[in-house]
Amino acid sequence: MTPPNQQRLWRFHGGLHLPDNKAQSLGRELTQATVPQRLILPLQQHIGEEDKPLVAVGERVLKGQMIARSKAYISAPIHAPTSGTVASIGPEPIPHPSGLVATCIVIEPDGEDAWAELPEPMDDYQQRDRADLRERVRWAGIVGLGGAAFPTSVKLNPGPNVRIKTLIINGAECEPYITCDDMLMRTRAPRIVSGIKILKHLLEVEECLIGIEDNKPVAIAAMRQAVTDAGLQKTRVVTIPTLYPSGGEKQLIHILTGKEVPSHAIPAQIGVVCHNVGTTAAIADAVLEGKPLLSRIVTLTGDGVAEPRNLEALIGTPVSDLIAQAGGYTNAVYKLILGGPMMGIALHTDAVPLTKAANCLLVASREEAPDPSPVRPCIRCGECARVCPVSLLPQQMYWYARAKDFDKVQAYNLFDCIECGCCSHVCPAHLPLVQFYRFAKNEIWAQEEEKRKAEQARQRHEARQARLERLERERKAKLRKKKEALEKKKGAGGKEQDAKKAAIEAAMKRVAEKKAAAAAPKNTEGLTPAQQRQVDNAEARRRAAETEGEQEK
Amino acid sequence: MLTLTPILAITGLALVFGLLLGYSNIRFHVEGDPIADQIDALLPQTQCGQCGFPGCRPYAEAIATGEAEINRCVPGGETVIIALADLLGRDPLPLDADVGEPKPKAVAVIDENECIGCTLCLQACPVDAIIGAAKQMHTVVRDLCTGCELCVPPCPVECIHMEPIKEDIRTWRWPYPEVEFEPAREATA
Ligand code: SF4
Ligand code: SF4
Ligand code: SF4
Repeated sequence: MTPPNQQRLWRFHGGLHLPDNKAQSLGRELTQATVPQRLILPLQQHIGEEDKPLVAVGERVLKGQMIARSKAYISAPIHAPTSGTVASIGPEPIPHPSGLVATCIVIEPDGEDAWAELPEPMDDYQQRDRADLRERVRWAGIVGLGGAAFPTSVKLNPGPNVRIKTLIINGAECEPYITCDDMLMRTRAPRIVSGIKILKHLLEVEECLIGIEDNKPVAIAAMRQAVTDAGLQKTRVVTIPTLYPSGGEKQLIHILTGKEVPSHAIPAQIGVVCHNVGTTAAIADAVLEGKPLLSRIVTLTGDGVAEPRNLEALIGTPVSDLIAQAGGYTNAVYKLILGGPMMGIALHTDAVPLTKAANCLLVASREEAPDPSPVRPCIRCGECARVCPVSLLPQQMYWYARAKDFDKVQAYNLFDCIECGCCSHVCPAHLPLVQFYRFAKNEIWAQEEEKRKAEQARQRHEARQARLERLERERKAKLRKKKEALEKKKGAGGKEQDAKKAAIEAAMKRVAEKKAAAAAPKNTEGLTPAQQRQVDNAEARRRAAETEGEQEK
Repeated sequence: MLTLTPILAITGLALVFGLLLGYSNIRFHVEGDPIADQIDALLPQTQCGQCGFPGCRPYAEAIATGEAEINRCVPGGETVIIALADLLGRDPLPLDADVGEPKPKAVAVIDENECIGCTLCLQACPVDAIIGAAKQMHTVVRDLCTGCELCVPPCPVECIHMEPIKEDIRTWRWPYPEVEFEPAREATA
């Protein structure tokens, strides 16, 4: 007999036992970060289309007011984290591996923290239309807070013919050093459970499994208590063994259900939806209080920071501000990493802001983030394949990515690689394997995009050739007709007057037609909405220029 | 009678299958992909004419007939040469020195204050990427422009310039990892 809270677990292939280094940041209580002088909000904090600003420089904004959004389905709006003035809209450094700048809205807080009018709480969500609930989550700008940053509302809409059987809540937090989800579960378990209730209703699922690694006993106890208190049926907190990367979506699904998400598929296709604990709590805030996503918990840790801890900070707070509130840098500081040591990206500056998906700032010492060791050629030891949680053949993929043989590298399922870094971690030749996979993925996407563009250009070119040929034919046909008419005229002199009249009329008609045609822009068929918008804008500018010109006259 | 039945049956079957095969030959006939089409599919469709042919398709046909070498496409660069070499089973060649130097990708931009609406660029653009009417300001649709530069010379007021596409977080790509093997080990590898 299995005890009530214990259920069968499965094991994914490979994985690593890593020193978890979580105690450092758990020694201090969760604290509220102060409101900074400047909040920097990148227009792109999610996967999908970039947002467009809804506010202008100098405008006053209120806390919770939507300040940027996109009409695209896969996108998430951005809200003002506190009240203040829009100081600028322009390029600022952002947390991105390129170190490039991107457009951000900068808000100078006024210290009043005055709320905008919020939508009504939906306490009665059980009676509400599911589409309205999804719309609320969409409005709130919630994205996957575990780091994926995929717009959550999209994941709540699996499609008309998809039946979701199991909801999985991801509290695994498998990457070393990171403790923000642990902290959230310890301090706000009831909130997460409220979110689970909403999700269960929204997705019409019965069964919910909450997966937490066994190195978080306090969080597990808190979550169990909250589930019991809420009287949630068929909802179980499942303790899973600590093994990196058990928090990977497909890995966690396998551990808890034994199901494999097929290559190139999403979990919904096997009847599973997975959400992070932070995302789940944010959904509860949006539905039960009408609050958009304005802040998140972030871990500050590593030997490079004096007082490692978790902070709840407003989105847009500069990283330098957060580090100052964690006691500032120590002498050991060597590298600044966003995320954990396995999957994180190095930051070029601490002037970048906290974004929605930023779960951890690892201020690493030289020992914690050593420089890459000298590399040697692959010795074909097969270690990489042994640890790969997706059962890929990293050595082969490396070989073909290095040779830029992109067809071959795809044949080895490059796009199933979750970039967990297990292979690079164990490689005795110290090959930067994941870097090769990232390079290959980017290159393949770029080539596909170029292909799409080339195809578009080819079609437009062909259409143009066809049009030119048609016009030429028509011109010739007209010429022929004229000639014929002329010859007829020679034959029948009596009707000459009438023919002349008709010719004049026809000429006038042609002129009128030409005039009408001239006013309408050409080449406007088959444009995408974005292109059409560009044309409309140009048209508006042209009109404005015209009226200006007339006024000058 | 007894011997006739199997004969009839076999003949009948043969007839049925014969018809079926004949029908599928017509119904599911696959147009053999002529080599020029395959070559054209690899070319970037910029239609710039830098190869010396009036567009990508004519160049593709010239390669197919053996009239032209595979190393004349400037915007395609090394990638296209390798792809063509692969397709045709030839050795890749370096880019032909006659056709010019590869340039960073760019799009045409019309200075809307200068444009007199003469429609000359409109007629020059091979992919109809310019929108406008006579005596009205013209605009390039960025997304459609291939960067061929064909619209630049015809403009009588020189209001079209090529703007290099800037790298931003959307166009940025992870670079090719630089790995240098330890010299001592490489000798033994
Ligand atoms: S672990 Fe490194 S050395 Fe070993 S087979 Fe994989 S790539 Fe080669
Ligand atoms: S980074 Fe990719 S290839 Fe390497 S172990 Fe992880 S999933 Fe496998
Ligand atoms: S707009 Fe100019 S550069 Fe762009 S495709 Fe047309 S002719 Fe070429």
